[in-house]
Amino acid sequence: MAAKLDQGPPDFKKMLPPIIKENYGKWKYHEIPRPGVLKHVSESGAALYSVRVASPRLVSIDFIRDVCVLADEYCDGFLRFTTRNNIEFLVSDEAKLQPLLDTLAAQNYCVGGTGQSISNIIHTQGWVHCHTPATDASGVVKAVMDDLYEYFDTMKLPAKLKMGLACCLNMCGSTHCSDIGIVGVHRTPPRIDHDKLRKGTEIPTLVASCPTGAIRPDPKNKSVIINEDKCMYCGNCYTMSPAMEIYDAKNDGIAILIGGKVSNARSAPSFSRMVIPFLPNNPPRWPEVTDAIRAIIELWIANAQSGERIGEWIERIGWERFFSLSGLPFEDKLIDDYIFARETFRTGAAFKY
Amino acid sequence: MTVKKTPLLDELEKGKWPSFVTEIKRAAVKSKASAELLQVLERSYEERRGHWKHGGIVGVRGYGGGVIGRYVDEPQTYPNIAEFHTIRINQPSGFFYDTKTLRTICDLWEKHGSGLTNMHGSTGDIVLLGCTTEHIQPIFDDYSEAGFDLGGSGSCLRTTNCCVGPGRCEHACYDTLEACLNITNEFMDEVHRPMWPYKSKIKFSGCANDCTGSIARSDISVIGTWRDTLRIDQAAVKEYAVAKFPIQSQVCDKCPTKCLTFNKETQELSVVGEDCTRCMHCINMMPKAIRGGKEKGATILLGGKSTIVQSAFMSSVIIPFMKLEVKDDFEEFKELVRRIWEWWDENGKTRERIGETIYRLGMGKFLREAEITPVPQMVFRPRANPYVFWPQDDLDKTGTAIDGSKL
Repeated sequence: MAAKLDQGPPDFKKMLPPIIKENYGKWKYHEIPRPGVLKHVSESGAALYSVRVASPRLVSIDFIRDVCVLADEYCDGFLRFTTRNNIEFLVSDEAKLQPLLDTLAAQNYCVGGTGQSISNIIHTQGWVHCHTPATDASGVVKAVMDDLYEYFDTMKLPAKLKMGLACCLNMCGSTHCSDIGIVGVHRTPPRIDHDKLRKGTEIPTLVASCPTGAIRPDPKNKSVIINEDKCMYCGNCYTMSPAMEIYDAKNDGIAILIGGKVSNARSAPSFSRMVIPFLPNNPPRWPEVTDAIRAIIELWIANAQSGERIGEWIERIGWERFFSLSGLPFEDKLIDDYIFARETFRTGAAFKY
Repeated sequence: MTVKKTPLLDELEKGKWPSFVTEIKRAAVKSKASAELLQVLERSYEERRGHWKHGGIVGVRGYGGGVIGRYVDEPQTYPNIAEFHTIRINQPSGFFYDTKTLRTICDLWEKHGSGLTNMHGSTGDIVLLGCTTEHIQPIFDDYSEAGFDLGGSGSCLRTTNCCVGPGRCEHACYDTLEACLNITNEFMDEVHRPMWPYKSKIKFSGCANDCTGSIARSDISVIGTWRDTLRIDQAAVKEYAVAKFPIQSQVCDKCPTKCLTFNKETQELSVVGEDCTRCMHCINMMPKAIRGGKEKGATILLGGKSTIVQSAFMSSVIIPFMKLEVKDDFEEFKELVRRIWEWWDENGKTRERIGETIYRLGMGKFLREAEITPVPQMVFRPRANPYVFWPQDDLDKTGTAIDGSKL
């Protein structure tokens, strides 16, 4: 049967539980009675419980079917996913809330991620499926969330902590504005396969793709030349041409950037900023990465005021104070030298020692 | 292919966080492709590198996108993932599902592919992870008959996304769920037939908390807001005060414009409306006592993107306030985005996001040609450098040149 074209996504309205249809746009307030459970109350007094459960995002159909069994039993079949990849069971019958929580606990589901916690780490494909990864995604997320699990199922952080992981500088997702951003990086220029390039690469597009103009045509060889001094290994040329192989198992790794946020509350949205330029890929547990992130989080917990996101805490005390407190080495690599560098220089004499 | 043990990946089945390795193993019971994925992934963990090649163009009849071609780099070793493509299925707004719909998604995927999914991809689509080329059209035929459609890929309008909005949130300033569905349906051609310089993404957030991260993750960011003054329920404020909620230190002192005053004697909270920047902090802290204004709509911002090529951008304000109402069919918004895309299509280079095109050509040129009125809300501060392009036609250049000729 010929496919219908352009019919668009399923209409969400057909999949809303009655309590949402009846109170659509008429929600009054919400509370968080315990970690992982949101209680939304409408103007008419109706109460909807959302039970938030962790998901690894990469899930089998068996996982989805298991979740459906629970949703059928406790939520009349209604559930949703969150923008940060968790599951929310939509419980409209309060009597079913505790039984659902008991069953989730018995089946080792992780309930949490609400309020002042870590909810999940936004990430994409990594070594599972991406053609340009400098690190894995799911593995690093698993390692970090296992290490920081105590902050998922409690609400004891100074504020929300949103993390993102990008397996390369394309930075799919929200990593550039996360409290903690984990970014896969290359550190060596591409190795050109000239035969491959001649067979299939459009050279002008390739030359134009380099942010620093490090690639120029080599007409004699019907190929290109890289000015290695100008290359900062972003890998965009590899995205344009498989002939520009850039993965380097010995030298690829992870950078840590911190202090970003997207919300407007209290302070303007801000970018994450680099505090650690390189940590090695050390699968399966990436201990250098998990240790570094834990150290930053513990420092934030010990020093921030209540309600301060990581970036707000650091802006208050000053980045120079963050470096002295954390003991992280400050190298010239952390000073911007790309096109918007000047905005970041301290043009003033009032700083802390 | 001999099945080797996977000790590095097995290690990631331990620990409290749910394990993606467990998920791949579950899928591997029924799918040879998933079993081979496990093998090649273990190799990636040993070798610390990926094994996936650039994709060729694969797709379905009638569309120019929605399918990402992906091939393993050693097809002789891993014949079952020689072709391991991804299909993007456009998700329902707010990721709301019933179990019947989810089971349909699972059943169809079991019939055709690896059994592995992403719920969801970063842009928002349901990702069906791993099928062969010959299955692509049958997959689309089956999902289409079941009421689903593909999402966007390539130089097109990518699948739009939204927050939970009026479905469950008291802060929603417009119907994000309906807006997302409506705009997607309006621009089906733009989603399915790539025709632009590069990708364009829209995300709908219901308030300034921006739970979709639209300011960072989309070219066109729609952030709910109001035009009048926030509303305070003084009886509810009293309840917070009686419960010793730290109103002064946690709410008033953190207001970015210091427009909130708490009177300890009367236990009343007052706001200087015109000084409020609608940042959502006080509302987040005291949701039973404070809510947004009545005149609701959205701020439209433009230019957000991730790092490659010119750096990460956040979107910046182009329309401080626009009404976004279902009854108007969002016509004002649609008209705006058509003008924006038309200008970008005319002026953008290949693989140049609109934020980068504006950076290259200048915001002034964009605003004039897209017919958007400049307002001070667009900038944190005006320019410091005086390098202004003056339209020469506006100037009186008549007179005599140095060589005596008439100008």
